[in-house]
Amino acid sequence: MKRKALRAAFPYTLPVMIGYIFLGIGFGILLTSKGFAWWWATIMAVFIFAGSMQFVAVDLLVSAFNPLSTFILTLTVNARHLFYGFSMLSRFQSMGKKKPYMIFALTDETYSVFCGVDAPADVNADWFYFFIALLDQVYWVLGCTLGALGASIIQFNSAGIDFVMTALFIVIMIEQWEKTRNHLPVLIGIITSILSILVFGADKFIIPAMIGIILLLSLFRRPIEQRNLNEHA
Amino acid sequence: MSTLEISLTIAVIVAGTIFTRAFPFILFPGKKEPPPFITYLGVVLPMAAIGMLVVYCFRHVTFVSRPYAIPEVIGFLFVVLIHRWRHNLFLSIGGGTILYMAMIQSGFPFSLPF
Repeated sequence: MKRKALRAAFPYTLPVMIGYIFLGIGFGILLTSKGFAWWWATIMAVFIFAGSMQFVAVDLLVSAFNPLSTFILTLTVNARHLFYGFSMLSRFQSMGKKKPYMIFALTDETYSVFCGVDAPADVNADWFYFFIALLDQVYWVLGCTLGALGASIIQFNSAGIDFVMTALFIVIMIEQWEKTRNHLPVLIGIITSILSILVFGADKFIIPAMIGIILLLSLFRRPIEQRNLNEHA
Repeated sequence: MSTLEISLTIAVIVAGTIFTRAFPFILFPGKKEPPPFITYLGVVLPMAAIGMLVVYCFRHVTFVSRPYAIPEVIGFLFVVLIHRWRHNLFLSIGGGTILYMAMIQSGFPFSLPF
């Protein structure tokens, strides 16, 4: 049963594999370039397991020790995860012992895979989702470790490698865009975020943008739900 | 930072990350169905969140000084067009990243001879 779920889950993780190994390598290179031993990258990938936050963490680790501002910054950068949990409440409900790990491992990419797929009818859905999350973390740990190890051996110019994350999010956005004709939610996300950057600045825009997005989605609930209904009719 | 301070900083980040991921599950525990508004948000928030994440990646880009966001705009357009054309993740993500790195590292477009 588990093996079948693993085999069914694997193909869905391939896009994330590419993204995570690229991005992980980028992270490993960045971290070692600041003078850290390679295994710090492995430790961070295992326990933090949050792409953008790990990149931010590199900045924090080379600054003065300040746990409080570290905590607040973590909440700000990861605040979007609140969105993800709400839409996974029912899916994770039946998962028992796997549930804590599912919550821990709910990254942007794993979440985007969960949004795009439903478990095939002939496999155990809980194990299917569990293996997607687990495989994704394996790729991430591998990528971070490889990058850190590799950078201590081979020298190359890694400037601009963080575009791998940008490209990944653009691709996810396009896939979502093509799946529905109801583009109002994604447009609300984009426009609210841009306005929030203009008003609050690039480093403080996430919380106001989140509030604005939730307000606008509430305001436009009727037309959005109407369009979703029409699409499924 | 000392090794202890590094470990503590990482531990704080771990705690903060777990908190943001677990919060919705703490708020709505057990078997009860979340209210319809929450279910609605569960459907539409992911789409809005992806839009926000794309903007997040470009948050430090500036149009008013060199290189005037030219590498970012070209990188963005490349990924969009190539992905709509081929739907090949390796090509879109790998190609886009390599193109962007090449532009950044060469000083494009100001390294051009005109």
